[in-house]
Amino acid sequence: MALSTRTTDTLEAIALPVMAMAGALLLFGIFIWAGGKDPLEAWALLFKGAFGDWFSWQNSLQRAAPLMLTALCVAVPARAGLVVIGGEGALVLGGLACASVPYVFAPPENSFGTAILLLAAALAGGLWIALVGVLRQKRGVNETISSLLLAYTAIALFKHFVEGPMRDPASLNKPSTRTIAEGLRIGGIAGTDIHWGLIFGVVVCVVLGLWLFFTTSGFATRIVGGNARAALLVGLPSPRIIVVSCAIGGACAGLAGGIEVAAVHTNANASLIAGLGYTGILVSFVARHNPWAVMPVAVLFGGFGAAGSLLQRRMDVPDASVMVLQGFAFLLILASEALRGKLFAARAPKAVVVAAPLPAVIKANV
Amino acid sequence: MARADFNRRDVLKGVGAVGATAAFGGLSGLAQAQAPITVGFIYVGPRDDYGYNQAHAESVAEVKKMPGIKAIEEENVPETTAVQKTMQGMISQDGATLLFPTSFGYFDPHMLAVAAKNPTVRFAHCGGMWTEGKHPKNTGSFFGYIDEGQYLNGVVAGHMSKSKKIGFIAAKPIPQVLRNINAFTMGARSVDPSITCTVIFTGDWSMPVKEAEATNSLADQNVDVFTMHVDGPKVIVETAAKRGKFVCGYHASQAKLAPNAYLTGAEWNWITAYKTIIDAARTGKPHPNFVRGGLKEGFVKPSPYGGMVTAAAKKNADDVKAAMIAGKFDIFKGPLKDNTGKVVIPAGKAFKQTDLELEGMNYLVEGVIGKA
Repeated sequence: MALSTRTTDTLEAIALPVMAMAGALLLFGIFIWAGGKDPLEAWALLFKGAFGDWFSWQNSLQRAAPLMLTALCVAVPARAGLVVIGGEGALVLGGLACASVPYVFAPPENSFGTAILLLAAALAGGLWIALVGVLRQKRGVNETISSLLLAYTAIALFKHFVEGPMRDPASLNKPSTRTIAEGLRIGGIAGTDIHWGLIFGVVVCVVLGLWLFFTTSGFATRIVGGNARAALLVGLPSPRIIVVSCAIGGACAGLAGGIEVAAVHTNANASLIAGLGYTGILVSFVARHNPWAVMPVAVLFGGFGAAGSLLQRRMDVPDASVMVLQGFAFLLILASEALRGKLFAARAPKAVVVAAPLPAVIKANV
Repeated sequence: MARADFNRRDVLKGVGAVGATAAFGGLSGLAQAQAPITVGFIYVGPRDDYGYNQAHAESVAEVKKMPGIKAIEEENVPETTAVQKTMQGMISQDGATLLFPTSFGYFDPHMLAVAAKNPTVRFAHCGGMWTEGKHPKNTGSFFGYIDEGQYLNGVVAGHMSKSKKIGFIAAKPIPQVLRNINAFTMGARSVDPSITCTVIFTGDWSMPVKEAEATNSLADQNVDVFTMHVDGPKVIVETAAKRGKFVCGYHASQAKLAPNAYLTGAEWNWITAYKTIIDAARTGKPHPNFVRGGLKEGFVKPSPYGGMVTAAAKKNADDVKAAMIAGKFDIFKGPLKDNTGKVVIPAGKAFKQTDLELEGMNYLVEGVIGKA
């Protein structure tokens, strides 16, 4: 019986988002048709642009890479019961930290040097979001508000350093820090246009998923997320776990910023503030804060970006039209949650009752 | 991780790219001659922002009317790998052979990275960063001396201001922006040397809330003519008009937004640069790498005067404009002091618009209240 519940749960986990996407595409087709364009062409272009050929795949994957890490900045604290939406701040500070290492000392120009840069980035992002956790635990400040406000603070700090003390005097009209050495940069994955940032994203997602679902401390984190006071009563150090989960999330976003600098921009400048941290919030919510689900959802988001690009060029529609599709998709994916547990209910009647209380708690947290 | 290994592969790939350049470089001129071509335009913001992006889109609309040209556009493309993908997509998916990435931040590293992979495609960047010997020949940049338009804005503002206080709302204190602030102030002070121009920096190119706050704050301080250097001047124009103040536009014409407050404006006229570069691509001539111009060359143009502009103001501005077009007028000439009293251009020295020294401007001239 337990197996069949598990099977239907899995089926449901796949069927719900697929149905939501199909619904979104249908609505989008109607929207395009109402605008006087051909919906069939739009659908074909969406697919072609996102996943139609190898170029499109690379396009989608490349766009997905930073989103995986910024989504984790929401997903991990969410597992400990916090709604952190300030990943953008951790990302820009991560980028800044990465670019600032060569100002402090000259790192060796090899992969070890790159590792130092990325470590600095993760550390900066981790400390920034850990501060959010500390503010909540020690001062009772709502973490959603404080993380958002700290993101503005981080961006202001970033601009201050990039346009002030750390500005490369040669960067006249686009204030930037000094460019990092060739040997410190992250290159492309052999034979593709995708840089190694994607691998970092995938590895971190997989590892954090394993940690959350298969380790004691991951389990403890999820218990805290279920009920921090109850966790405290059973002897779990809730405050510490909350701060640590914030730090882990922040480190992910900081790493994303570091990778953006080391693989793409080669220095820290205002182009880094591109809203990747905020898009990560959507990715995480759609993935239901599951690090493993973050990966396909981020690729889907990357696909939206890539498809939107082609759609604009071929059908001469404004950029906002893809935002409409995204809007439909998220609304339906989130709304489809209402159907969870009901989709196959007829086929597995009252199966849930069989489950013991403890597994039910675990399930609520998975 | 075995990073050394990946680097080696990168090197191999790079060698391959160089080989391809050598093989196809010679053919590119022939292949592009006379044939209908696809041209791609990329904007950093929305096409209807009443500002920087709209100025480009308006000229692209004219390009679309030219025979034998297919123009494709994409808006709201951030200065990240997204723009690299857009450029590559235009090349691979749409067959574009000439690209116009129009935002300043697209140049380095994005356009340079894509240009290295596509040596037969021409890239024309808006912003003027191309340097001989440093950047590849299939890339280039074009830009205009819009400070001439801002000087004319200043002349009109100088005539129309009653409080003798004018205001400038700017994004960042970078050379291009400082040059505009200085030109605007000097234009106004050429009418009445007692005029002061207060500048507020908002910190970024698109900050609608801060722009509105800055406009209101300056209006409270009795500033009665505004201009700006931000990506989308819409909010400033509308706020100033609501406060009953005058405004001079920037980038594109905002006259429609506030017909009773809009005096004139400094507009881009990118079609001139576009045509030069597109014609070269179609006839197989070498890619024009360094394209510049002002009023004289038709790269910038003033907006038509609003109904409230006095005859004296119009005449004064038209005279200066005629002198600029005739090449007899230098905006930046000595003796010129900055607003701390330091001499920045000694007497007898005059800079031509093309002088590169002006592109590193780091001061605000006498009469500007603010700090660079």
